[in-house]
Amino acid sequence: MTDTISLPNSLRSQPDASGHFGQFGGRYVAETLMPLILELEKVYRAAKDDPAFEEEYDYLLKQYVGRPNPLYYAARLTQALREGAPAGRGAKIYLKREELNHTGAHKINNCIGQALLARRMGKKKVIAETGAGQHGVATATVAALFGMECKIFMGAKDVERQKPNVFRMKLLGAEVIPVTSGSATLKDSMNDALRHWVSNVHDTFYIIGTAAGPHPYPELVRDFQSIIGKEIKTQMMEAEGRLPDMLIAPVGGGSNAIGMFHPFLDDTDVAMIGVEAAGEGLTGKHAASLAGGASGILHGNRTYLLQDEDGQITEAHSISAGLDYPGIGPEHSWLHEIGRVKYMPITDDEALASFQKLSALEGIIPALESAHAIAAAEQVAPTMDADKIIVVNLSGRGDKDIFTVADALGVEM
Amino acid sequence: MDRMATRFAACKAQGRAALITFVTAGDPTVAATPAILDALVEGGADIIELGMPFTDPMADGPAIELANLRSLGSGTKTAHIFAIAADFRARHPDTPLVLMGYANPMLVRGSDWFADQCKAAGVDGVICVDVPPEEDAELGPALRGAGIHLVRLATPTTDAKRLPAVLEGASGFLYHVSVAGITGKQQAAQANIELAVQKLRAATDLPIAVGFGVRTPEQAAAIGRIADGVVVGSAIVDLVGSHGDAAAPFVQQFVAALSGALTANSRETAA
Repeated sequence: MTDTISLPNSLRSQPDASGHFGQFGGRYVAETLMPLILELEKVYRAAKDDPAFEEEYDYLLKQYVGRPNPLYYAARLTQALREGAPAGRGAKIYLKREELNHTGAHKINNCIGQALLARRMGKKKVIAETGAGQHGVATATVAALFGMECKIFMGAKDVERQKPNVFRMKLLGAEVIPVTSGSATLKDSMNDALRHWVSNVHDTFYIIGTAAGPHPYPELVRDFQSIIGKEIKTQMMEAEGRLPDMLIAPVGGGSNAIGMFHPFLDDTDVAMIGVEAAGEGLTGKHAASLAGGASGILHGNRTYLLQDEDGQITEAHSISAGLDYPGIGPEHSWLHEIGRVKYMPITDDEALASFQKLSALEGIIPALESAHAIAAAEQVAPTMDADKIIVVNLSGRGDKDIFTVADALGVEM
Repeated sequence: MDRMATRFAACKAQGRAALITFVTAGDPTVAATPAILDALVEGGADIIELGMPFTDPMADGPAIELANLRSLGSGTKTAHIFAIAADFRARHPDTPLVLMGYANPMLVRGSDWFADQCKAAGVDGVICVDVPPEEDAELGPALRGAGIHLVRLATPTTDAKRLPAVLEGASGFLYHVSVAGITGKQQAAQANIELAVQKLRAATDLPIAVGFGVRTPEQAAAIGRIADGVVVGSAIVDLVGSHGDAAAPFVQQFVAALSGALTANSRETAA
């Protein structure tokens, strides 16, 4: 982490000292939490400067998580798309295999880092919110690894649609608390995690699962996830002797995407696409905060939100529980406004088709979140020259989604 | 002196703490709210906190969260809340009215718009749960420019080093949140509240109100002996929750009991 060099004109020097990415980000929390997040910032700065912290983080990523994971050339997917493309078109598609991490997604990169911070702060209890259950499983995993008490807040609706992950968390020793308030999904589980945190600040650390929330969370989650982009840089130089032309990642809160993008932000020849969940389409129910939302304040940060004219938060919808959130990380809002990253909506149906396509063509069942990014690559690759290179972040594996997909396809299991 | 200072001074002259009562605007309906506000005043409330409902009230416990959802469920819009406030101001020219809520509904049309609406409706102060001093620029300058008090919160985690930042730009009164937690749940130990109020008094001349978890006349009386104001919210909101449109008389009776307990304090002091 200490190799992050911030030049004066660098796009990698955000946030500013008060935690803002342009007009986004910040610290919009109840007074009770302010002293704690100020302390967290101090502890994080000290950890960043401590070689022992980095050494332990690197060790766990290698020996426990299984990093570096491969950068895989998806030859059959590339070929299939070239067949439908004009002559000479069809970019080469590589997949960053985050789904091969321990616990099956990128979430663990961040959880290891935050658990190390919790230990530095002397906190013996951790809490987390979860949507699909991936972040809940990753948090329960590190809690077991570090011998910490763990509570996971999960929308009652998600508890129902993600039963295997609920059982996994329980096996790992976590208590799963179903949240029935509001829409009983990810945003409500975050509300209840914040309520629990504010009541237990003295001994509890909140492991936020995405690059959102009050400063310094968006920054530190991004830094812990930046291992994704750093590995891609090295691996692509080895594979092709040059940087890729385009990066594509799914964006809910956007931690896997910002982790992939951030090391490349100053590489002006590398284009980037963040893929938002367009649900039933942008005119219907969706979860695309940038395409269909406006700037507002929720869960500790200013960012793009789905909201009505009175600032009431509207319900998000996506077939992917991990993207079913009415906001987005503040750095993405900033990157969207300055135009450095393009954001593209992909519908439930498009994601479902790509979920099946990648499974059949490459023998890799992607998470529904990641299937959104595959769908975007399928649309973009045929428009690019055949000597161009795209890297898609395969942020998670799809085992958790097979019931949802079967249901959507009308298959009885 | 403005309405707020006048009211605190009057209570002080009577040797008692001000009774500050909270209800959520539009709970259970916009139509039912004026009668409930009148019941608060008739029962003896000195200052009214009117909650602006929000879909995601993450600093509130179940009682006020449900009130928020009841209100939004019955169709409450921001325009209704300012109409309720303006209407209240016309009926009760001397009772201070404070809007309490979350940043997003307050700031969605810009802080100047919000401050103008507050001023036009006769609102005296604003409490915004999720705009800490660090983000004051979002809301503070507009309110100060319009002459609206920005009431700040001090909590058990606000230490001596941080307190000056909280007090900077605070006005009207200082709201001491007596427990690190959400509204309406646990109650703090009296000794802790006394210690906290002493520390705050040493740092500010603002009146100090204590809230979070105050549910009975006895608790109110105990806090009233040491603070300038006592805030009661969830216990009143629960009455609205259980009696709905017919809540006003129940609210009035309960508030009268709270008020009576605070007034009894002043008789004790006098005797």
